[in-house]
Amino acid sequence: MLKFTAEHEWLQIDGDVATVGITRHAAEQLGDLVFVELPDVGASFSKGDDAATVESVKAASEVYCPLDGEITEVNEAITADPSLVNSDPQGAGWFFKLRLANRADADALLDEAAYLESIA
Amino acid sequence: MSSPVEFSFTDYQPYDFANRRHIGPSPAEMAEMLKLLGYDSLDALIDDTVPAGIRQKAPLVWGAPMTEREALDRLREIAKRNKHLVSLIGQGYYGTITPPVIQRNILENPAWYTAYTPYQPEISQGRLEALLNFQTLVTDLTGLDVANASLLDEATAAAEAMAMAERVSKSKAKAFFVDENCHPQTIAVLQTRAAPLGWEIVTGDPAALDPASVFGAVFQYPGTYGHLQDFSEIIARLHAAGAIAVIAADPLALALLKSPGEMGADIAIGSMQRFGVSVGYGGPHAAYMAVKDAYKRSMPGRLVGVSVDARGNRAYRLSLQTREQHIRREKATSNICTAQVLLAVMASMYAVFHGPEGIKAIAQRVHMKAVLMAKGLEALGYTVSPGEFFDTITVEVGHLQGLILRAAEAEEVNLRKIGNDRIGMSLDERSRPATLEAVWRAFGGNFKVADFETDYRLPEGLLRRSAYLTHPIFHMNRAESEMTRYIRRLSDRDLALDRAMIPLGSCTMKLNATAEMLPITWPEFSEIHPFVPPHQALGYREMLDDLSEKLCTVTGYDAFSMQPNSGAQGEYAGLLTIRNYHIANGEAHRDVCLIPTSAHGTNPASAQMAGMQVVVVKSTENGDVDMEDFRAKAKQYAENLSCCMITYPSTHGVFEETVREICEIVHAHGGQVYLDGANMNAMVGLARPGDIGSDVSHLNLHKTFCIPHGGGGPGMGPIGVKAHLAPYLPGHPETDGRGGTVSASPYGSASILPISWSYCLMMGGEGLTQATKVAILNANYIAARLKGAYDVLYAARNGRVAHECIVDTRPLSASAGVSVDDVAKRLIDCGFHAPTMSWPVAGTLMIEPTESETKAEIDRFCDAMLAIREEARAIEEGRMDRDNNPLKNAPHTVEDLVGEWDRPYSREQACFPPGAFRVDKYWSPVNRVDNVYGDRNLVCTCPPVEDYQQAAE
Repeated sequence: MLKFTAEHEWLQIDGDVATVGITRHAAEQLGDLVFVELPDVGASFSKGDDAATVESVKAASEVYCPLDGEITEVNEAITADPSLVNSDPQGAGWFFKLRLANRADADALLDEAAYLESIA
Repeated sequence: MSSPVEFSFTDYQPYDFANRRHIGPSPAEMAEMLKLLGYDSLDALIDDTVPAGIRQKAPLVWGAPMTEREALDRLREIAKRNKHLVSLIGQGYYGTITPPVIQRNILENPAWYTAYTPYQPEISQGRLEALLNFQTLVTDLTGLDVANASLLDEATAAAEAMAMAERVSKSKAKAFFVDENCHPQTIAVLQTRAAPLGWEIVTGDPAALDPASVFGAVFQYPGTYGHLQDFSEIIARLHAAGAIAVIAADPLALALLKSPGEMGADIAIGSMQRFGVSVGYGGPHAAYMAVKDAYKRSMPGRLVGVSVDARGNRAYRLSLQTREQHIRREKATSNICTAQVLLAVMASMYAVFHGPEGIKAIAQRVHMKAVLMAKGLEALGYTVSPGEFFDTITVEVGHLQGLILRAAEAEEVNLRKIGNDRIGMSLDERSRPATLEAVWRAFGGNFKVADFETDYRLPEGLLRRSAYLTHPIFHMNRAESEMTRYIRRLSDRDLALDRAMIPLGSCTMKLNATAEMLPITWPEFSEIHPFVPPHQALGYREMLDDLSEKLCTVTGYDAFSMQPNSGAQGEYAGLLTIRNYHIANGEAHRDVCLIPTSAHGTNPASAQMAGMQVVVVKSTENGDVDMEDFRAKAKQYAENLSCCMITYPSTHGVFEETVREICEIVHAHGGQVYLDGANMNAMVGLARPGDIGSDVSHLNLHKTFCIPHGGGGPGMGPIGVKAHLAPYLPGHPETDGRGGTVSASPYGSASILPISWSYCLMMGGEGLTQATKVAILNANYIAARLKGAYDVLYAARNGRVAHECIVDTRPLSASAGVSVDDVAKRLIDCGFHAPTMSWPVAGTLMIEPTESETKAEIDRFCDAMLAIREEARAIEEGRMDRDNNPLKNAPHTVEDLVGEWDRPYSREQACFPPGAFRVDKYWSPVNRVDNVYGDRNLVCTCPPVEDYQQAAE
């Protein structure tokens, strides 16, 4: 199941684990990324906490944790090569995997159509 | 037969500084410019531009303006009242010898001192290289991985290190440990910085430090009284507790001693003053900060890095700009901008000039002199501590203290008074045998230096074993011809005010007159230690008082503090003054600061540092403060309202008519008004912040009052306040002993104040007012000339702008694929520094010509801008390729010309667009610099030589 947040994150939810990244729209707005800082595996976050940091030559911004949960895996490939986030934001450019504290919370997030409408 | 010549007296005034030298347009040129604008007099334009409601009632006057010669005579008179003695006071400020080749070719050279901060890397390659040398020097000496370039002074660098430690530390503690051997001014500034953020400062003996109770600690090395200690073991304990270790190190000592990096320190900070920059009664000098690689992205300040240009050649640039306050705003943790670049360049050149052998020899001799001094005092029966030291010793003198200090002063030597029974002294590069013998006489001994054998008193375990300054740049031939040419080569790469107008909006790049600059290197100003007894600095006192009085007259305030040594520092100091006022009134809870979205990025960052909660107020479409939102927010937060921060004229370059109302609203809700003085160049003589209703402002003396930008500092940001705030201005441990210290020295960068003062003397009140009017004329003239080609944004209702104008280049992006960057880089081909880019509105250019530019230079600039518009039109109309065109390929270099020319436009068009000089063409030394490459592949020290060879191949 693919979900989105108004803060331009996407979540691919598989069971109680969500793979999280930033949307194509967000990646385009930021421009060429030069640095990504990811959370530690095992860290717990509440919805809205700063979970990761991205820097482009234009802006530095936080990536918020979209739901309550615990980090189970991070994508080291994007810290080594931040351009992956620009070239494939909704695929190889994923940020981290989150074990959701409450699977049902995801239902309240946007679906793709609603997200695309919000940025149109 | 020729007709007889009639003799008559001319009314031309050759010595009128204001109208003939400082102000650019001649009366005839002004008449032409006014005609284009449709006015028959300058005053008519001003009446139409500056709202009547804010105009000051009385004209600005303080006696007749002086000629250059009269002002210099007056400064000599003042200089004589400063006593130029030898100072061994130390405490962070040491005698040093500025190599004459550096003094003349850098400090006294407008090619270096009139440059702006290196935001446009292509035209800043020279000073970027010098700053990269600085970073290499600092990383080598400190043994750490990455250094910035540079910070304001050692004490504020310590405060920045503390804030950074809090950010990166894994410890949850909210206290910071400060070695009791830190310089007193460092401790004072740390206390000021910690208080609003709720951090506790624990001062004590490092041996008693409890690592678990702090998020970090700072140690002084050598200590302020001379102690040397290996901090390795304490640092290991701090790390075990997740805390950060900072060492404040004297870089000259590091030439002989184990480095902070080798002790495991995470951060090293300190002052590079004794690398060839005079003490200057407290400044300016460059401070440094170096950190472990893991923390480089958390480091405040500017970082020069290595990237490549469009041809793949090496090019330098400022790295990691997105960490800056102007982008992070209320999330920022530091408000530091570029700082002290000119002084950092001097320090780096001192290292290039001397090389590692020279630096080591200087350090050894300083140490040797300290050992001799100690031996003489011991021979007289005094107890000297510590047993092992670098340059600083402390002598027990008991009740003889006053007697010895007076005797030393009679010998023309200043020593440091410590408590009531000790005397301290720090030997330096300038100390001579006669200095030592004079001090011995003051202590009652009649020795000669030759009476004692030289040896070492450095601790064996702390002797430096690692190499430094190994890069070839520090191993040039020592001939002065080499040095002169190296400095010249670098400055030739840069575009400064000595070559062309720098129309940077909000930066006020006006004339820095030579007569204003001369006094700063007179020894009576440059070689006075900041902590000499007051009676030795009466000249400074008189100048400080008179300058303060004049600035009060200009602003309508009642008191000034000269302590803040940058504009951002002034904002911070002003907000602290407001904070302390509220606390004194029993209203400590007032912590909300209203800031419009259009504010300078440093505003929210400074508010953050002052412990305030930033509430953002909307701007209307025309750039003004949204009054409805302002009223609503002020009311909503009335209970906790501390202040608002506004800029006037607005950052959009408009005189808002609602400014008085804003002040009234804030006052009605119990708050104070901070009016950012960044745009004071549009107000001097016409309107006064104090009359409009503001309570405190900082003035950027490096904008409005002629201190040169130095390629990114020094600046000065003194603050003026209304009488009710005066008791809460910054204090200093060496003067009044009050708290709130924001800078290492009591009067900031005192030695550059003669620049602003002589400007005031030579202009007179009338000249200053005329300067403001002409600044407004010049900006309106540019707006009028560019009209039609570009839209001018945010003009007032009648179409007038203040002292700057915003030109919209965004339409070109859609119509021709031309970005604001393309326009900026194409201006380089025309021989210009670009205006301010993408601020305050993304995709636009903000142009501020200042009063100092002549009509001819302004026309040259306008011609260039109009030609660029035509080039874009050629793309729009399909006559020029969208990707391969002079705008996208700008700037053009000699490399472009000598290579294969396969472009759809001529070499002539590439290199000689309107504006460019034929003979005196400025050639960009590199093609367009790749920002992304530089940030992805961060290199912040001089690259190894092999890389140079590769680049050449």
